[in-house]
Amino acid sequence: MLEIEIDGKTLQVADGSTIIEAAHQLGTYIPHFCYHKKLSIAANCRMCLVQVEKAPKPMPACATPVTNGMKVFTHSELAVKAQKGVMEFLLINHPLDCPICDQGGECQLQDLAVGYGESASQYQEEKRVVPDKDLGPLVSTDMTRCINCTRCIRFTAEIAGFMELGQSFRGERAEVMPFIGKTVDTELSGNIIDLCPVGALTSKPFRFSARTWELSRRKSVSPHDGLGSNLIVQTKHDRVMRVLPLENEDINECWLTDKERFSYQGLSSAERLTKPMVKQGGEWKEVDWSVALDYASHALRDVAKTHGGAAIGGLLSPHATLEEMYLAQKLLRGLDSENIDFRLRQSDFSADGKRKGTPWLGMKIADIGRLDRVLVVGSFLRKDHPLVAQRLRQSAKRGAQISILHSADDDLLIKLAARAIAAPSQLPAVLAEVVKAVAELKGVAADPALAKVGAGLVDVNAAKKIAASLVSGSDGGKCAGILLGNFAQQHPQAATLSALAQQLAGLLGGSFGFLGEAANSVGGYAAKAIPTAGGLNAAAMLKDPRHAYVVVGAEPELDCADGAQALASLTKAAAVVVLSPFKSQAMLDYAAVLLPVSPFSETSGTFVNTEGRVQSFYAAAKPLGEARPAWKVLRVLGNLLDLNGFAFNSSEEVRAEALDGQPEFVSGLDNGIDGATLNLTASPNGLERVADVPIHFSDPLVRRAPALQQAADSAAPTARMNAATLAKCGLASGDKVKVGAGGTAAVTLPAQFDAGLPDGVVRIAAAHADTVALGAMSSVLSVEKA
Amino acid sequence: MTNQNDMLSPEAIKKIDREVAKYPADQKQSAVMAALVIAQDEKGWLSKETIAAVAGYLGMAPIAAYEVASFYNMYDLQPVGKYKLTVCTNLPCALSGGVHAADYVKEKLGIDFNETTADGRFTLKEGECMGACGDAPVMLVNNKRMCSFMLPEQIDKLLAECK
Ligand code: SF4
Ligand code: FES
Ligand code: FES
Repeated sequence: MLEIEIDGKTLQVADGSTIIEAAHQLGTYIPHFCYHKKLSIAANCRMCLVQVEKAPKPMPACATPVTNGMKVFTHSELAVKAQKGVMEFLLINHPLDCPICDQGGECQLQDLAVGYGESASQYQEEKRVVPDKDLGPLVSTDMTRCINCTRCIRFTAEIAGFMELGQSFRGERAEVMPFIGKTVDTELSGNIIDLCPVGALTSKPFRFSARTWELSRRKSVSPHDGLGSNLIVQTKHDRVMRVLPLENEDINECWLTDKERFSYQGLSSAERLTKPMVKQGGEWKEVDWSVALDYASHALRDVAKTHGGAAIGGLLSPHATLEEMYLAQKLLRGLDSENIDFRLRQSDFSADGKRKGTPWLGMKIADIGRLDRVLVVGSFLRKDHPLVAQRLRQSAKRGAQISILHSADDDLLIKLAARAIAAPSQLPAVLAEVVKAVAELKGVAADPALAKVGAGLVDVNAAKKIAASLVSGSDGGKCAGILLGNFAQQHPQAATLSALAQQLAGLLGGSFGFLGEAANSVGGYAAKAIPTAGGLNAAAMLKDPRHAYVVVGAEPELDCADGAQALASLTKAAAVVVLSPFKSQAMLDYAAVLLPVSPFSETSGTFVNTEGRVQSFYAAAKPLGEARPAWKVLRVLGNLLDLNGFAFNSSEEVRAEALDGQPEFVSGLDNGIDGATLNLTASPNGLERVADVPIHFSDPLVRRAPALQQAADSAAPTARMNAATLAKCGLASGDKVKVGAGGTAAVTLPAQFDAGLPDGVVRIAAAHADTVALGAMSSVLSVEKA
Repeated sequence: MTNQNDMLSPEAIKKIDREVAKYPADQKQSAVMAALVIAQDEKGWLSKETIAAVAGYLGMAPIAAYEVASFYNMYDLQPVGKYKLTVCTNLPCALSGGVHAADYVKEKLGIDFNETTADGRFTLKEGECMGACGDAPVMLVNNKRMCSFMLPEQIDKLLAECK
């Protein structure tokens, strides 16, 4: 610790701190532009000049390390003179266009110019003009306003992992730009809008639509991936105009993914369902709530009476709130149906009934950064969990070794220690090899059940390399973590992968867990939205069609593991009651009644994130049209059906009942499986499908966000294969191919070369209208030239 | 991104490898300046495809190589004439006739800075200090040949030489 003095106040700071950090500790503000706590130090704006005793010149506070006994003056005459001088220089080339600048009112330059600027400039010459750049559909540019702080550049290089922006040319002509003809395509691009201290980079979807001081703000929680990033939702006249990150170091730090930042556009989609509708004689009619609710309750009661409660199935979106799920399962159980599930994309349910608790991350999100060895199993990590990938990227730079076992070698923009890329059917065998290799390195006996696996089938060397990396960590792997991604959880042998991960973590003395796929992947368990003994899980209730379905917040044809089957079963059903913020053609075809419910922005509710943290939020805006919060709709349905225990006055009461109080973290988190049977056999005949859920197609809201749909990540699906597979099928990249999945249905897609795939697999995205007909996410495909 | 025409030749790659070998294995990009020179010598100028190819070969982001290529005068981001003349107009030279030398060349060739003569023979560029202020006015021919004390007479001679 060092003792220093800032503006006469003494304080203790850690060795290696800079003056700006020390001042921050004291609550003293030093003006700055280029400095950002999460980025490397550039020290190029010079706004942070301060006076340091015995130093002949003013010093940049962001780049000057503190020394013992140092005396710093942040507001002395010398310091202020230097700061004013810098400001004058910064304003030389900065346009005076604040009245037409979107940053106006939230601009650091504007704010600091008020404090340090003069009312007139000595500069008489011409100002420079910089051509604007096309950075894609999300970020709009006015490059003449750029003060060349390079924050945006450092963000792409350091946080997003690939330098997509740079500063070209020199001196007065220096320009921040992407490489010629390129846009900024990272899934984290929106953060450069927040980072830019001036109005050079602003939000394209938000452009010119409101002033910051006209907006009301509400804290909220992201309804997308399992992290539950904290949001500030900004509204004007009850319309969500913008979403910004709410800093939470334990979850999203100060970042948001583009999906979380821009999905709000979907809230005002033309497909919003704003009036209750019922189908009568094949015709859709808009009706009053009372009519629609009556209709729905009668339909459900009729089916329950004639066919028994088990004839009803409940499909709940994993993005639904805890309260919605809790009331939905209560409603279904009240009707005597045990067929309730929110794990729509899961295909292996063999662990049900054997789980010791709720599967979760197995650690705190913030602890991911403390792991020194990490194995990610089955995950399109950068797209499925961009902010976890970001954390691991930083860990890798600090020396942590990250490895991956997966069926696609997408560039994670993380320095990897080892990787094993194998066809989906072989992932369990390769993971088993890792377990065996770790056991060997540790000199302990591995599970005898693993003895025979592999045997020439799998890449044993890659597995050994992963094992060596894991064991090389501190205390032989005590700080190692095994993270199972979405692909591993959706895998047809998910339980085996989980059991193997458990063995591996056991051998290492480390931890293992699941990267929650959706906002409420843990909350669904807490809400008891899963079938217990005798009930049907999500896959079973679609495979074995029900007479009636209750669908909450999901579009099963796109959100289920087998969209085609979901569509067929829903279409066959006598009554499908849908609670949804949106309507779609598919819904109009299969539903009997459509109840317009609020998306996350228009209801209070709770998401339990992947670390088990309970995060509740209030509505940020009034419901659109006649939409109503789903928990209220379910409550009324419960009352209409004369069910007990639906007397709730607020969503807080529902939460209190569901969680037994108001805990900070839910209880019962446990990844263990009792008596798991390992299923290590797999020999699919033919080409295996690797199905990713593209980042901007993962849920109904983001699928309707227009700007995101134009982003590079939203490209139409293709049939991706490696060179050997293409050659074996007699194809070239770009050929149109007919892809079939056993049945009669086939889709035509362009073939695309993807060097990162193993032999014998075809990668085709799921959750996309173009590929629904292919059915199950994991299947064997036939591919031929169209 | 790189099409066949713009791939670097095996000779160029060999030369680049020699430069790369001067730096630690994990700092290949330190060779970017030399690699760009080699690529430009081969192609005549640096197209975005060439820059991307160099960046790819050195394992760096294309924009990072472009930052370098656009920073220094010796790299040409547009095709240039057979002879590229760079006249230093920085202060020490300007005080000793640098600007006059440039004006003289402009008049003789009938082109301004950043222009190429119609016959494709000469391109004129404005340069920054070449570290030879004592020899002012100075000019650089094709980035490599330094010419000192460039008074009109010397300029005439130089232009006549450049066939
Ligand atoms: S665009 Fe903004 S963030 Fe980027 S360098 Fe310019 S001022 Fe800084
Ligand atoms: S903040 Fe210190 S130089 Fe920019
Ligand atoms: S100023 Fe021209 S060479 Fe130095």
